[in-house]
Amino acid sequence: MNKVNASVDIKTQPGFKAVAILCLAMLYTPILVLIIFAFNAGNLMMHWEGVSLRWFGVALANQDFQSAARNTFMISIVATLVSTVTATLAAIGMTRVKAWPGMRMAFMIINLPLMVPEIITAVATLSFFALLAKGLGLNFGIGNIMLAHCVFCIPFAFMPIRARLEDMDLTLENAAADLYATPWQAFRRVTFPLLVPGIASGAALAFIVSFDDFTITQLVAGPGQTTLPLYIWDQTRRPMTPEINAISAVLLLFSISFIIISFLIARKRK
Amino acid sequence: MGLADNKAAIAAQNVSKVFRGAGQEAVAALDNVSLTINQNEFFTLLGPSGCGKTTLLRLIAGFEFPTDGHIYLYGEDIALLPAYKRPVNTVFQNYALFPHMTVAQNIAFGLEMLGKPKAEIDARVLAMLKLVRMEELSGRKTSQISGGQQQRVALARALAPKPKVLLLDEPLSALDYKLRKEMQIELKRLQTETGITFIFVTHDQEEALTMSDRIAVMSKGKVLQVGTPHEIYDHPAERFVANFIGETNFLKGEIVSSAKGVPRVKLEAGPTISADAPRGGQPAGKVTVVLRPEQATLVPAGKGELQGVVDNVVFFGTDTHFHVRLADGSMFMTRQQNSGANAGGPKAGDKAGIQLAANAARILKD
Repeated sequence: MNKVNASVDIKTQPGFKAVAILCLAMLYTPILVLIIFAFNAGNLMMHWEGVSLRWFGVALANQDFQSAARNTFMISIVATLVSTVTATLAAIGMTRVKAWPGMRMAFMIINLPLMVPEIITAVATLSFFALLAKGLGLNFGIGNIMLAHCVFCIPFAFMPIRARLEDMDLTLENAAADLYATPWQAFRRVTFPLLVPGIASGAALAFIVSFDDFTITQLVAGPGQTTLPLYIWDQTRRPMTPEINAISAVLLLFSISFIIISFLIARKRK
Repeated sequence: MGLADNKAAIAAQNVSKVFRGAGQEAVAALDNVSLTINQNEFFTLLGPSGCGKTTLLRLIAGFEFPTDGHIYLYGEDIALLPAYKRPVNTVFQNYALFPHMTVAQNIAFGLEMLGKPKAEIDARVLAMLKLVRMEELSGRKTSQISGGQQQRVALARALAPKPKVLLLDEPLSALDYKLRKEMQIELKRLQTETGITFIFVTHDQEEALTMSDRIAVMSKGKVLQVGTPHEIYDHPAERFVANFIGETNFLKGEIVSSAKGVPRVKLEAGPTISADAPRGGQPAGKVTVVLRPEQATLVPAGKGELQGVVDNVVFFGTDTHFHVRLADGSMFMTRQQNSGANAGGPKAGDKAGIQLAANAARILKD
């Protein structure tokens, strides 16, 4: 248990500090620069001309940005809800039942998308929808993207929920049954409340993954189905103005507050 | 219901439980176990880990179902009833308190599930808090109270729905020595006050002897002997029971006569002594005689029935243990109270005699 005395304390090794600082700097300096230039008064992305909130106004008034944001939220929220519910059921089916033949296989299949290169999934999804459209005349419009997101978010939501279920003391459910709770009551009154932090982390992860997805969305999206990552990508191929920085800063602010909220939920429940 | 006809709170009939893991050998945790537990009894299932005592408890609770046999609760076969339909409650080894609920909410849980009216639940929770002396902590989360307090909450929670039988799965094993002693007395008090049948699982023979009305000694999935603590201690039926309960000397010998039903045994260590026959058996030939350490007194060499050389002296505070090597090479242990008078007792290497108490030796059923 006592990790302090165990073998080597890596923090005291020579070079540890330097490597840590280098990594953190590499990671956060570009983001910091990006944010600073969001407050640039000038028209050029990399030429500082004084402080201004001008580009935030431009970005928020931009119709294309608004439409992309709307699409993104719609897709992410649907994907989060569907994938979290599905992942919760899958996790319960793999931890709260007698081991069934093929369970390990099912576990691997659920998690496989995490290992498959995303571009492969993207191309496969694209051909699948193309086939649907050509063969059966089915095209759900933005629903195609939602469907794709719902599915690829499942393993991300599944992991923390399953971990939470595995850690949970099974005698708690025995105790509930012992105290006259039917299986459904035991789930609702004991298992589910204790599972909430896991579900919250799963949902947060699913949301961020969907919100941020580029590769699959890029291939599946039709005209008028631009999401925020696609919109930003589009903008970077034109002469860049600090508007991009402002948009990125808004997204960053949103992500950070989202993470803080889900962290607080998890901590409160603990 | 015919309660009068079925005085047994729990009757297990030829119960077997076989565990079959995927790709593993089937393991028989319980092998054709039958026993009867009376109403209002403090009954203990005693045995080493892996003897099947916890499995039997889980079968009575409904967390497992028997492979074979019947379990009757006041005459009703409950063997296949799910746990939530049995009027039986459990105190778990790790307490299994609901961490997201307060002390009071934990205690109220069973009553809520039974659909009792709110006023009745509140009154009952209050009464339970009082019973286990936890009134001040009713609003605390269970993670904010000590192990001993958690233990009391677990008891209150299990007693609140007035179960017909209370099951206790080694509930004292996580407590330190002093608290354990206190809780032993507390448990006995609760059992007397509530009048509920307690089935207590433990591997601690001292705990079993102190608290139980009757004890079932188990080993390898079988019940070896059922009896009061006195019967189990004074008349162990088998070698395992004699060995597991308290400390015992085993003496090998051979029956030489059985006049008037009292067998005389010629011990390999020398003398011929009288010994009690096991219940329901007339032994003959080679037998093992058991004698408790406190039923033998160390006397000067040449006196007493047995002669030997002191091999080892162990001081225990209230008493001292003398290990004496007998003529046939076997070891014999006696326990002497330290009254102060025997301060200059024999030392290792001294010759000594052993005086056996009258009517203390028992022949084991082999």
